Amino acid sequence: MDMKVSKKLGLKERYTMMTRDLAWDTTFQPMDKVFPQVGYEGIKIHDWDQWEDPFRLTMDAYWKYQAEKERKLYAILDAFNQNNGHLSVTDARYMNVLKLFLGSTPPLELMAARGFSMVARQMVGAGPRVACMMQSVDEYRHFQTQIHSISNYNRFYNGMDEFAHQQSRMWYLSDGKSFFDDAITAGPFEFMVAIGFAFEYVLTNILFVPFISGAAYNGDMAAMTVGFSAQSDEARHMTLGLECIKFMLEQDPDNLPIVQRWIDKWTWRGTRKLASVGMMMDYMLPKRIMSFKEAWEIYFEQNGSALFNDLARYGVKVPKCFAQTIEEKEHITHQSWIGFYMKPDACPFHTWIPAPDELDWLSEKYPNTFDKYYRPVLEHFDKQEKAGNRFNNKTQPMNCQVCVSTIKFNEPGDPMEMCFRETVYKGEKFHFCSDHCKEIFEDEPEKYVQTFISSHAALQGKCEPEGTDVNAHDYRPGARMHAYWRMDKRASGDFNGSEDQKNFAQWRDQATKN
Amino acid sequence: MTSNAFIAFQKNEETRCIVEAIVDDNPDAVVVDQPAMVKVDVPGRLVIKRATVEEKMGRDFDLQELQLHLITISGHLDESDDEFVLSWQS
Repeated sequence: MDMKVSKKLGLKERYTMMTRDLAWDTTFQPMDKVFPQVGYEGIKIHDWDQWEDPFRLTMDAYWKYQAEKERKLYAILDAFNQNNGHLSVTDARYMNVLKLFLGSTPPLELMAARGFSMVARQMVGAGPRVACMMQSVDEYRHFQTQIHSISNYNRFYNGMDEFAHQQSRMWYLSDGKSFFDDAITAGPFEFMVAIGFAFEYVLTNILFVPFISGAAYNGDMAAMTVGFSAQSDEARHMTLGLECIKFMLEQDPDNLPIVQRWIDKWTWRGTRKLASVGMMMDYMLPKRIMSFKEAWEIYFEQNGSALFNDLARYGVKVPKCFAQTIEEKEHITHQSWIGFYMKPDACPFHTWIPAPDELDWLSEKYPNTFDKYYRPVLEHFDKQEKAGNRFNNKTQPMNCQVCVSTIKFNEPGDPMEMCFRETVYKGEKFHFCSDHCKEIFEDEPEKYVQTFISSHAALQGKCEPEGTDVNAHDYRPGARMHAYWRMDKRASGDFNGSEDQKNFAQWRDQATKN
Repeated sequence: MTSNAFIAFQKNEETRCIVEAIVDDNPDAVVVDQPAMVKVDVPGRLVIKRATVEEKMGRDFDLQELQLHLITISGHLDESDDEFVLSWQS
């Protein structure tokens, strides 16, 4: 008897059958009532079936490959921990990279997971809904695996255990938090541009590619495997963001000005968030592999230009801030590190003045700016520190009302002048780090007047540990910030002389002798 | 100037074969070695052909397996059973 064997379905057919063919239109309630959010932002969509995930990933394949990624990841994590891997990193200064990363990144991954589950519910087409659902699960995976990989370090080093508490309270973590708060309270399409484009395409390419490549060469297999495993999902996320932008532009010409405004806004917000990532590459990795400036050129200037040149056929223009970000790439990491060094009592990680050979590396990588503006400052601080006169800025920083970065970056075209802008709205004065942030505020003032800025709120008596009587006659606002932050004092201030430094030296010594 | 399409992988035994296949199928490919990773740039259009990867590996290969090793990509993606293509139109 002849048996007719049907041919296995191809990728495109399988994708169609497993996504679009499983979706249906509602009949008890009209579709626009079930999916009201897609109309709020003014984006016009005529045919949702035009949206296709270029990866054509179906749910069954998704679970299969994600499970394989997890098996690889945990095999490496287990081996690293079994082998006392934390003692094989370049030197104990490296742990401070992990502290900064832990406070700033996993909580944002969790926000991304929440945001994508919301958008997965709000989008009408089956293609974007399935892709958003997968991304939500991915982000949850990143949140968990990042914390999991660093938890092993937490057994040995100070300052890691209160990251979740600190995320919405520490002054320097507010920029990332506000980025996601802003995105998640926008509509579904703006969220896709904010996260799918600005965060994935601009930020994660720097955070998880050259920075994680650097972690690998600093001996941190745990961060390396987690970072690369996360980034393998990010390739899919960037594609989704790009697909969303193309989809909006192809659906209706009226969408162009809205999309352009989002691209301008979120490219700038992404850039501001990058200052601290760049600082990790330039100052905090003991073994450096690439400067922030070099990474910025490859992953933003070249890769971003490729994207914007391509989108020009829809009428999209290069974001307004592009020229300013190119000027700033030679400044922001130095300004950030100096900013953190000047506040030894206010960060749960250590700072230090780079060693002479490290200063030389910076001079070589930043020939236009480092020797002229920043090396003399660092050498001055070093002298003062050695003379027992360590600089310590004890005041609360002033933060930008939009990006919540501390106001510390320079005036465009004038590195010796700090950039500062203000505007008055309903009789109240608001402050900004740049023209771009001021413009974002003026576009949606009712949104940004609500920004929570802990360093400002503290002066109003709103950031106190429980049990503080703000009406007591001797009450001083901000005097108990350490308790409010739950700061581990052993983890702050200078690396030289710290408990982490001593412990690491002692444990490494024990690991090589009997 | 034509923009580069690119792809980056974790450095391992599988991706060594994949990168060899890319170099065979894309005459303008430039391979950039970096710590723990490898990046391949191709002006305009980068193609990964399943048949070439299978020849290099000596086994069947599903292009979706690329996801296990991917670090980042640049370009519009079009994926089928036989080809994984990244391209810029400009």
